[in-house]
Amino acid sequence: MTSLLRPKLSGGNSNRRSALPSREALYWIAPACAVIIFIFGYSIVNLITQSLRYDGDWVGFENFSIVISDPLFLVALRHNLFLLSAVPILVLIAFILAITLFETRRGMRFYRSAVFLPYILPIPVVAVIFGQIYQLNGVLNTFLSSIGLDFLIQDWLGDPDIALGTMGSVIIWKEVGFGVILMLAHLISLPTETYEAAKLDGAGFWRTHFVITRPAIKTTLIFYAVIESITMVSWVFNYVYVMSNGLGGPGNATMVSELYIYRMAFQNNAPELAAAASVFLFAITLILLVAFFKIQRRSISKTFRS
Amino acid sequence: MKKNTARKLPIAATLRYTLLSFMAFMALAPVYVMVSGSFKTQKQFLDSPLSPPSGFNLGGYKSAWSDSFPTWLLNSFLIVTFSVILTLALASLAAWGFARFPFKGKESLLAIIVSLMVVPPVVLLIPLFKLGVTLSLISTLQIVVFIYMALMLPFSIYMLTNYFKSIPESIIESASIDGASTFQIFRIIVLPLSGAPIATLAVVNLLWAWNELLLALVFLQSNEKKTLMVGLTGFQSRYSLDIPTVMAGMSLATLPLVVAYLFGQRYFISGLTAGSTKGE
Repeated sequence: MTSLLRPKLSGGNSNRRSALPSREALYWIAPACAVIIFIFGYSIVNLITQSLRYDGDWVGFENFSIVISDPLFLVALRHNLFLLSAVPILVLIAFILAITLFETRRGMRFYRSAVFLPYILPIPVVAVIFGQIYQLNGVLNTFLSSIGLDFLIQDWLGDPDIALGTMGSVIIWKEVGFGVILMLAHLISLPTETYEAAKLDGAGFWRTHFVITRPAIKTTLIFYAVIESITMVSWVFNYVYVMSNGLGGPGNATMVSELYIYRMAFQNNAPELAAAASVFLFAITLILLVAFFKIQRRSISKTFRS
Repeated sequence: MKKNTARKLPIAATLRYTLLSFMAFMALAPVYVMVSGSFKTQKQFLDSPLSPPSGFNLGGYKSAWSDSFPTWLLNSFLIVTFSVILTLALASLAAWGFARFPFKGKESLLAIIVSLMVVPPVVLLIPLFKLGVTLSLISTLQIVVFIYMALMLPFSIYMLTNYFKSIPESIIESASIDGASTFQIFRIIVLPLSGAPIATLAVVNLLWAWNELLLALVFLQSNEKKTLMVGLTGFQSRYSLDIPTVMAGMSLATLPLVVAYLFGQRYFISGLTAGSTKGE
């Protein structure tokens, strides 16, 4: 089924088409580019100028030094880092589920849909459901005490030491299905000879998949890890906002950088500081992306180009 | 090959199904809590949150629906419809431009557009809010549609460009010989061939736009303009003591997505892969 979107011919390079005039391309590209330049270009330029000003006056890097010495911003960043550290766990769970599903025939469609369902649920909905589940006298604790595991009962969302971990578990719960689907679709598209050879050699389940499958779907694993890393750094607002009623609590236990920026701009009325924090966040995202591809010794363009 | 494994290693098969059943339970249990909770009374939910509802108590649905729910639903529907259709139109035009014509700086331009996929939306928030205030577009659906378009375009252009490049040259060539213009080729040949990726993008973008909270929260402040996600977020705190109503509202908000997913499932799953398995 993946063949649907793959090149039907190995072709597609542009040299053959060089006879066509290049100006015509502009008419096709211009409308989309106008929207993109207007929104992204305007925002990024405006954000940077705003981060260097206060009340319209040029203040150099003062906003940045204020933000970087704000303990709350550092706490927020540390929380994003903590969530980032969950990415390997997320990739591993998704990988194990994908290969398990791949080896399964009977009921595969049911299990696949079940695992994928959390991914299509709206985040506010997820946050509200888990809010009920994780409450002190909520569904999880009721369940634990009914099966005699009272010692495991925690104030999942109220205890500052574990609230962020609880939040992380909700994000994993929701995001894992996306990885499973990505990996599964890639697995199905692999030539079967690879596995048959391994099976003939008598390789077992884990050996087959960690030695053969893992490298074979490496691009998908990297793609998923990159997407999820970016999610953990800059897309967790929805979870935190809904589950902590917009406060990042208990205390500041679930404060993250997006919520910090949001509150700086719209509650503390300090858009300049929020702009400086946004520039930091943007820079971190870019560094993360570049670092990731450096580690993988792959260029960004190579992964994203067909 | 699979039968063999199963016969030789029944333990392995048992382990597999145990793992899968556990995961399916983990995935479905919260959804079950939501749907069953929506049909319970407050007392039933608090007494036994996990037991099946004793009857179909529709009180939760009644009070959820009588709130501003229909208005929010309509707003979400309008925003999603317009932003997704416009995004697909502009993205397919641009992707055809990228796939069909060589021009200087094409690869760099495409790389820049693709890298915009990682810009955190919160970065756009402050400048666009100021702009929105200046143009008095706060609490209008237009500005949200426009921002959503910009955020959905990079991935859409990237995916469609990859797909259009894969259309065999011979098909396009034969049409050019017949004297078809570039636009005619696009409309008569390229678009009809691209049903699958366009359907995929429609579902992916629809899910994203329907679920987006941050931008909608900031830009849609008056209650009549809120989207479902913004409305429900406030809904939760307002009805925090009335769990069946909250669960009913959540179930209603999820339903359109499940329907969209079931319709687009075939394309959706294969389409999501296109972005990741390329570049080998």
